[in-house]
Amino acid sequence: MAKVFIYPSTSLILADLVARYGHTPLSSAIAIREHIQTAGFESSPLQITPEDPKKGLKWAAVEVPSGVRGRMSLYGPMIAESEAAIIIEDADLAFGCMGCARTNELIIFLLRQKDIPKLELRYPSSEEEGVTFVVAIKKFLEELGKPGSAK
Amino acid sequence: MKEYTPAHVGTVTRYVVIESFDVTPADLAIRAYEISKGVMIKETCFGLTIMGEEKEVDRIIAELRKVDPAHIFVKDRGFPPGDARRCRSGLGGARPGFHGMEFEMTIIPYVSHGIEELEKRDTMTVPTPDTTPGKSILSVYKLKKIIDSQEP
Repeated sequence: MAKVFIYPSTSLILADLVARYGHTPLSSAIAIREHIQTAGFESSPLQITPEDPKKGLKWAAVEVPSGVRGRMSLYGPMIAESEAAIIIEDADLAFGCMGCARTNELIIFLLRQKDIPKLELRYPSSEEEGVTFVVAIKKFLEELGKPGSAK
Repeated sequence: MKEYTPAHVGTVTRYVVIESFDVTPADLAIRAYEISKGVMIKETCFGLTIMGEEKEVDRIIAELRKVDPAHIFVKDRGFPPGDARRCRSGLGGARPGFHGMEFEMTIIPYVSHGIEELEKRDTMTVPTPDTTPGKSILSVYKLKKIIDSQEP
């Protein structure tokens, strides 16, 4: 069972398909849950404390807005932990303010830099594309279980 | 700064989203109540939110998936059900994160079709998806053609 980073990291479809075919999806909910279940000082709503932008320095320089560094303190450890990644290109739901947009760009960059098996595809827009989408993900996830899987 | 004492430590929360013509969230909730033991189940407009020990939540989800395997989708949630920081009952408007799910609900029928077709087709004959870079970018020539076609 491999840990598969999904992008967009809140994707219901990717999280489900990865779990359905026997692997562990690494989504933003996992990191958020860890934060809100850890005791400390109250910092509502996501329990992102002033410590988090400091942790984010590992992935983004000090000139980078603290919003990006704070978000990277959630996603960075998961990217480091990931053994594979599925990326949806041009996902309509993955947009946002400077913090979200730049973090998304950095996440994709870091995933592409990392030497792990990756699958990049687009959301389906027809039933036939739905078949190719599911088959591509299934084949990719099945390959992960085999030794020397393609990168 | 106030001290923060987390609630429900060690539990997991998962969304069970149903996008089916045959099964409603109410049907799924009744089935979940029948088989659950010591978990919190909340019925929503799109399915269920289940919170409890990971092993028990996974067992219930595995049973629920059998109801309509191609149309039930599951994902993790960071916050427990009804958490004041996320629950719309106190905040008003849609729950943060709902819009992402709402967008994906428009794509889920294609994915459900794909899951159903997997049973019928030989996956080796299915072509790989086209991921040509820039495919989704509208070419300026095409844009010019669209503009011209709209002008009298």
